[in-house]
Amino acid sequence: MSKPDLSSLPSVAFEDVAALSARRSARWRPGLAQSEGLALHNEVFSSSRDGAGAAAALALALDDWRNRPLDSASEQQDLRSVLWVQTREAARRTGRPYRAGLPEELQARLIHVLAEKAEDALFALEEGLRCRDLAFVVGEIAGNPKPLDFTASRRLTLASEKHGVPLFLVRIDAARDLSAARMRWEVASVASPQPRWNAQAPGAPRWRGELFRARAHAPGEWVLGEEQDSLTASKAWRDTDDAVANWTAGLRQRYPRRRA
Amino acid sequence: MDRWRLAMGEGGTALDAGPLVLIADTAHGPRIEAVNRAGSAAGARKGMMLADARTLCPEIATAPSDPAGDLAFLEHLAVWAQRWGPWSALDAPDGLLVDVTAVPHLFGGEERLLADVYEAFARRKLAVRAALAPTAGAAWALAHYGPAGAIVEGETAIERALSDLPVAALRLDQDVLTVLRRLGLKRLGEISVIGRDAIQRRFRNRKSPAANPLIRLDQLLGRVPEPLLPVVPQQMPLVQRRLLEPIRHRQLLDQVVADLAEDMARELEGQGKGARRLELGLWRVDGEVVVRRLEMAAATRDPAHMLRLFAARLDDIDAGFGIEMLRLRASWAEPLALAQGDIEAAAESHGTSLAACVDRLTVRLGPRAVSRPVPFASHIPERAQRWQPPLEPEPASQGQLAFHARPLKLLDSPERIAVLYATPDGYPQRFRWRGEVHEVARVEGPERIAPEWWRERGGARLRDYYRIEDGEGRRYWIYRLGIIGDGRGGAPDWYLQGLCA
Repeated sequence: MSKPDLSSLPSVAFEDVAALSARRSARWRPGLAQSEGLALHNEVFSSSRDGAGAAAALALALDDWRNRPLDSASEQQDLRSVLWVQTREAARRTGRPYRAGLPEELQARLIHVLAEKAEDALFALEEGLRCRDLAFVVGEIAGNPKPLDFTASRRLTLASEKHGVPLFLVRIDAARDLSAARMRWEVASVASPQPRWNAQAPGAPRWRGELFRARAHAPGEWVLGEEQDSLTASKAWRDTDDAVANWTAGLRQRYPRRRA
Repeated sequence: MDRWRLAMGEGGTALDAGPLVLIADTAHGPRIEAVNRAGSAAGARKGMMLADARTLCPEIATAPSDPAGDLAFLEHLAVWAQRWGPWSALDAPDGLLVDVTAVPHLFGGEERLLADVYEAFARRKLAVRAALAPTAGAAWALAHYGPAGAIVEGETAIERALSDLPVAALRLDQDVLTVLRRLGLKRLGEISVIGRDAIQRRFRNRKSPAANPLIRLDQLLGRVPEPLLPVVPQQMPLVQRRLLEPIRHRQLLDQVVADLAEDMARELEGQGKGARRLELGLWRVDGEVVVRRLEMAAATRDPAHMLRLFAARLDDIDAGFGIEMLRLRASWAEPLALAQGDIEAAAESHGTSLAACVDRLTVRLGPRAVSRPVPFASHIPERAQRWQPPLEPEPASQGQLAFHARPLKLLDSPERIAVLYATPDGYPQRFRWRGEVHEVARVEGPERIAPEWWRERGGARLRDYYRIEDGEGRRYWIYRLGIIGDGRGGAPDWYLQGLCA
């Protein structure tokens, strides 16, 4: 995404209400799935030295999941499973999911796949995305393996969009390579808030999340946290209003929105 | 004995001329399981030790008995015996019960039916004793201890017809028979003479039918129902194709397997079943047989699904000079309700079902790669979770008490950390893990987890778990193995086991 040329735009465009609302809607915020639908293909970059990547991916996925648009047909409780695919290398670096530490609603629904190679992991991810009985798919791939190129990620995006199953791919110790993911996050742990009773103890998990590439939103930085089973995003780490303005201007000029 | 004779053929006939016994090895030496006529004349009896029989008749010949084969043969015989009645039951080790209620008139009366039985068994060269009675117990008694070909008609006639038989005809255990013999009861008729109350008092705490003569007597007379387990033949769904021209190419093989899958789907649909395990056998021209086996997570009879799963397994088949026959067998099938075709087809375009997805994953990645974590009753964190196949029902477990937070992820094995500086309280202030130094900012603990003394060695050390957060906000789960002065080794080591969210 190149920086759009602002000088050619009329300055009035930034003052009117439409632009303001466009600016507001351009920002990512928790619970956005309610109005804009599920975010289908996400990548979360993180280091192998902490559990932030998988934890933030689960938090984002659960946030989308709780706020998903419900149609009248699916009134009953949704008890679909969750597929968690790991390569052996990723499992070696950051460990395997531990049932007692998972969010409570996921504990009984997790299906874990341990793939030897990145090719197998990509195959498992794609099969998971094609399955209508899965709520979402979490993947963990370490490094930048050769099979995970732009074509592979594009395949995942298409499969995800065709069947409506969201994918959260955790990239452990990976460089920001080419990808077709709709939202790409970089996540690291930050100090947790003080718990109410024991000031010495670690509190509810918090992460610094940087949304560095997104198709429908402006990039930005948030402090993400989990409080009482809901995702919170407090104060932007850096003031990103300029970026938002530039970004919406660019959007309106270059990519006319086809559908909401 | 007859079965052994049939199995041995010509060679058996020569041996059978002299005294012959079939023996089974027991803790006290070989024991006789069956005796032929010449052996019986020489004095050998069933249940005797072989050494005793040898003293009576030194030239006795022996052959090993085959109880498993006998049982299998009896099962086949039970299915065959359904020619005389709608269902039959096994009476191991050597009996069959056939229900012929309302059947005899088809054979021209009871006598003709029994004559037919004798004739059919004679044609198969099997010795048989048959009897016909209104209850299974009475028929058993007559067949074993009554005159050959006895027939009892009507419930009232049973008591009269059977009163002369020995008490062993009641199908009782040996110790009960001994008790009855000591009481002086030898015939069935004497039991009803002595009076019911007396026997009731003697055997009042015997609940099993085989130990209580009164229950057996009531069953024999038809006063108490006696449930029997019928033998139901199970046909394994099997389809096969013989090929005019041996195939050597993958494309043709795929076509034939697709045809087989279609046939199998039709076969399974006819039986209202779905396959859980499929075995595809490929017979090569040079006599080799290649078998590919598939197990499905849930019963299915979708030919496209079977074909897709097999396609991944056929890559490494060496056709050699060609494959001339293929056979597809569903060796494990489960009932599967018939489904309306169109609705399922519409669902197909919306994605696969979970069972199909799991099948595809296991076929490519191996059965151990796809699993589900389930809780297990243990305090040790890495033992408290087990992995099982994804669609198995979850084992019953106690609810977890959420006293302590657990990490999101557990390392495959705890990694040792080097403590650079410890606080006076005992937990590390600064430590090195994977080549990087962490400063501990916050800590919660300890949570002491004792070793499982009923399982581990006496030298196992306890663990003190701490949940820590380092200066950059990274949260870990670390533990100290043992405490100073517990007498189980030197200074305790520190390990990092889990990554918290």
